Amino acid sequence: MQATSVRSFSQSVAAAPQPRKPFTAAAAPGRRSVAVSAGLSTQKDNPFAEELKATAKYIAQRGRGILASDESNATTGKRLESVGVENTEDNRRDWRQLLYTAPGLGQYISGAIMFEETLYQKARDGTQFVDVLKGQGIVPGIKVDTGLQVLPGTDGETATQGLDNLGARCEAYYKQGARFAKWRAVLKISEGAGPSSQAILENAHGLARYAQIAQANGLVPIVEPEVTLGPGSYSIEETAYWSERVYSCVMRMLNEYDVMLEGILLKPNMCLPGLDAPPASPAEVAKYTVRTMLRTIPAAVPGIHFLSGGMSEEESTLNLQALQEACPNAPWSLTFSYGRALQSSTLKTWAGREENWDKAQQILLALAKANSEAQLGQFKGPHPVPGGGRILQALRTGGAGK
Amino acid sequence: MAATMFAGSAIAAKPAVSGRQGRRTLKVQAAAYNGAYAEELVATANKIASPGKGILAMDESNATCGKRLESIGLENTVENRQAYRELLVTTPGLGQYISGAILFEETLFQDTRKGTSMVDELNKNGIVPGIKVDKGLHPLANSNGESWCSGLDGLAQRCADYYKQGARFAKWRSVVSIPAGPSTIAVRDCAYGLARYAAIAQSAGLVPIVEPEILLDGDHDIDRTLEVAEMTWAETFKYLADNNVLFEGILLKPSMVTPGAEHAKKSTPEEVASYTLKMLRRRVPPAVPGIMFLSGGQSELESTLNLNAMNQSPNPWHVSFSYARALQNTVLKTWKGEEGNVEVAQQALLKRAKANSDAQLGKYDPSNESADAAKGMFEKGYVY
Repeated sequence: MQATSVRSFSQSVAAAPQPRKPFTAAAAPGRRSVAVSAGLSTQKDNPFAEELKATAKYIAQRGRGILASDESNATTGKRLESVGVENTEDNRRDWRQLLYTAPGLGQYISGAIMFEETLYQKARDGTQFVDVLKGQGIVPGIKVDTGLQVLPGTDGETATQGLDNLGARCEAYYKQGARFAKWRAVLKISEGAGPSSQAILENAHGLARYAQIAQANGLVPIVEPEVTLGPGSYSIEETAYWSERVYSCVMRMLNEYDVMLEGILLKPNMCLPGLDAPPASPAEVAKYTVRTMLRTIPAAVPGIHFLSGGMSEEESTLNLQALQEACPNAPWSLTFSYGRALQSSTLKTWAGREENWDKAQQILLALAKANSEAQLGQFKGPHPVPGGGRILQALRTGGAGK
Repeated sequence: MAATMFAGSAIAAKPAVSGRQGRRTLKVQAAAYNGAYAEELVATANKIASPGKGILAMDESNATCGKRLESIGLENTVENRQAYRELLVTTPGLGQYISGAILFEETLFQDTRKGTSMVDELNKNGIVPGIKVDKGLHPLANSNGESWCSGLDGLAQRCADYYKQGARFAKWRSVVSIPAGPSTIAVRDCAYGLARYAAIAQSAGLVPIVEPEILLDGDHDIDRTLEVAEMTWAETFKYLADNNVLFEGILLKPSMVTPGAEHAKKSTPEEVASYTLKMLRRRVPPAVPGIMFLSGGQSELESTLNLNAMNQSPNPWHVSFSYARALQNTVLKTWKGEEGNVEVAQQALLKRAKANSDAQLGKYDPSNESADAAKGMFEKGYVY
């Protein structure tokens, strides 16, 4: 069978008895009989292409990382309530203001991820939070997924929602001042079994579509396939294996959807054994994590911003330091996008009290500085908050709480 | 030795699909190759991918070698092929610039005229012997006149035999044609065949060179080549990962990203370097130790200039050469089949090898080159 030139249906019918002409590129200039997707057209046709690359490069610069402060209102509420603060809009605003106005935070933090409410909020003095952040040299980012839903027929595995109307939302967020986005996909390992192929495919697809749409609207997508730290005594090798499978699938989906790799950031998990297995040393974590990244992430991606995902504040810093030692000539920045590992002690110090405001900001700055040094492979200690335990949170499904 | 991936875990023993209730596990239970040869594969790959070194591709089939010999007026006999290959492998000091040599099967099992084996001569020179293992291209049914590469049948046994004979790396060349589309099935088959070959080679102790050559034929521009190259490598790495190939123990042999041979506008070495590195950075995991470019019809000079342009700043992998025509062209013309010309022909080989070694280090100086080196070697519809 020879491939033929494209003709209208009626033409094809009328022409049916004629012998088919062999296909040549010259004879059918409009037709490409090919799997080759327009990898270049995203770049050529996307007016945001250069800006995306520049933003990604800026956020991924050495010595800096991301502050993840995009907890939904429901999750934020849980945090506030844990220190006796009521979950109101004002309290949520105050908490984020504490974080974003920490003096000199921009030396260590290059981007801050916000929840939608926060993106449109103002500080007490009326300044937009996006402007507060920009003034600090911190790029504002926005969480765009709308939460997790259980995949039917699976053992509690999830898909991430948020593709509907995503283009319009990204456009609006860009207008408001956001320059990067984030979408969290969750995969889990439990005793003797990794994520199912259904879960891997669904989450990789969601990430790729989201990334494509975000780039089309000027937002650098943070691609976050989290192989989550969970109960069980599975080994670090198992985590590494499943992480490799997941990231390989994610990258291939990004390729299929013509996502421009120079204009994304990755937010993966570090490789850790299950919660019930003996903990791994920073060197061991680094060895498996680096191996997984080297095997799956092409050099075009400028930054790999690890999530803290339950590691203690100290663990997050020590592991980050070990990564630099394990991979001194990394082609991408091996850095951080920490939520709990930057906020936990900060929140406890503040506890909603005005008189603790400065002290809490100092803790945040100390934590950010420690991680900045660790990113440069220069963290010598002591850690500002040593000896902390794991900071776990339950997986919440049912959409992003308002 | 079975690859047991997880210490103390029963994962390998579990059934592939555990049924409707509970989690459905992935059918593939093996991790990347971690068997008996794993360490050796990584060591060999790194040895070949050493700074300042590249590969001499001398694995022309008997028919193709015949064309080379006939071009200098020699008959295509086993003795002439032996004499020519002997000239190459016994070049004194070749090992300073060449870390691996790909042989055709006949040569792997051949002796030199003085009775030493070709393999021993290479090892003496510090050059790792390699072996072409594919069985050539055939027309791909229902495609746009495209080819597929054969050789999987009996490959495991062949690889074991080659390892025994002293080969430590293998090569398989598949092709993709831009004027023909390329079609989805051609690209897929190219990538899949390479992946299966690579897995088999590794389990027999041979470092697989993965070569999906995007042919130079055509009048397409460099942007189109980039598009096809990105897609081909995406597909290739997809299947390599699925087949549990150990990335730290492979080498790649891509074509550089250039415009088609008949495209009106030529690209500068800087443009070729920029496009090629962009493609590699987007598609090749840093775990791969070495990328050894094919010359594919470029002139000796062009091949060296382009390689040099790619090594002006550090890369995440060793970026080097695996050249056949671009190393041998002048050698053949100098030798002309005469015993008296062997030494000066060997000098010509050293000169080209050194030029490319310099290019690998980003230090190549073209001012000493002859006019001959600049002659293109593109043949339309070239059959390997």
